[in-house]
Amino acid sequence: MKIAVTTSGDNLAAPLDSRFGRAARFLIYDTDTKGFQLVDNSQNLNAAQGAGIQAAQTVANAGVNSLITGHCGPKAFRVLQVAGIEIFNCAAATVEEALGLLKEGKLQAANEADVEGHW
Amino acid sequence: MKVAVASGKGGTGKTTVAVNLAWFLADSGRKVQYIDCDVEEPNGHFFISPHLSQKKPACVMLPAIEQLKCTSCGECSQKCQFNAIVRLPGNTLIFPELCHGCGLCLLVCPAQAISEDEREIGVVATGMGWGGIEFAHGVLNVGEPMPNPLIRMVKQQGLRDHIQIIDAPPGTSCPFIETISDADLVILVTEPTPFGLHDLEISVAVAQARGKSVCVVINRENGSFLPLEAFLEERQLKILARLPEDRKVAEVYSDGELMLEALPDYRKYFTAIAAEVFRQSAELGLTSGGALP
Repeated sequence: MKIAVTTSGDNLAAPLDSRFGRAARFLIYDTDTKGFQLVDNSQNLNAAQGAGIQAAQTVANAGVNSLITGHCGPKAFRVLQVAGIEIFNCAAATVEEALGLLKEGKLQAANEADVEGHW
Repeated sequence: MKVAVASGKGGTGKTTVAVNLAWFLADSGRKVQYIDCDVEEPNGHFFISPHLSQKKPACVMLPAIEQLKCTSCGECSQKCQFNAIVRLPGNTLIFPELCHGCGLCLLVCPAQAISEDEREIGVVATGMGWGGIEFAHGVLNVGEPMPNPLIRMVKQQGLRDHIQIIDAPPGTSCPFIETISDADLVILVTEPTPFGLHDLEISVAVAQARGKSVCVVINRENGSFLPLEAFLEERQLKILARLPEDRKVAEVYSDGELMLEALPDYRKYFTAIAAEVFRQSAELGLTSGGALP
């Protein structure tokens, strides 16, 4: 199973980025191989509009099953939902910590956007 | 002749200048049309009091995807610079509120899976107002983020044999640029404050970058604001009028009355503004509304 985590860094100890659409990149952790890959999201940092939508498309195309991020707005939520990706809102400090919380079952899948667009 | 009245900063007196200029020209026997392009918060109708005899919905093109024909190739999504289309395996989603209605997705779809639908974004209304002033405005639907297509449709109501006084929205970005794009003269209304000057500088830069002839009206003048005078001097910008700070003007405005009707003393300022409109229309060989028979 693949889990995408929003981050501003490039390793498991890096901070979790609370933003989804305008996160610098996604760390995609593979629970089977225990390895990870990084997917860049920097093209969305300065997008005039639709950053969340594009970010959602990016993680969907990376074939992930779950997403851990700080907050997710309504448009991105709609795309992720259609793509069948579970969203976990999380306030953990690092990627590793967030993955740990998910593994321990301490995160609950969101069933709606937790913020307005452009929060 | 198309005269856009704009400002950058909100609340400088655009609408006051625009509606009173229209009134003044009509009162001098000219054929005038007042066009309110401030579609997010139009309020010229309070002063021109038009009978809105025609109202029509304003629609923009919206792509519709036939999922059975769609091959999920992602071409539309990649080419859409407004991020309005998302390609997911077996499902392509459209976000109508982000779509600018440009139609590029229809052209690039190799499977011809996209067809034209439409979406209403507001209303365009026209009619006859006070003293024979032709009136047009657009009202954007609440929550609609994209005023430009509606501004274009409002401007299309322009009558060629009239002097068109075009009331611009505040700001200096897309809606302002769209509004002034085919204006023959841009009158920038400013106020003698640092905020007013800051936005005037941007408005002048944008209007001149679009090749526009720019003149300035200073509103609510209360003594000289030297940085503004220095800027106008440096840029050699023509000042058409200096309207004084006057509580009576604010009171008349708050009652929805036309300043020039209630306070005839102010007509002298508009004589000067109208003279510049006539001068430039003559220079460009454009109509100045002619004298009515």
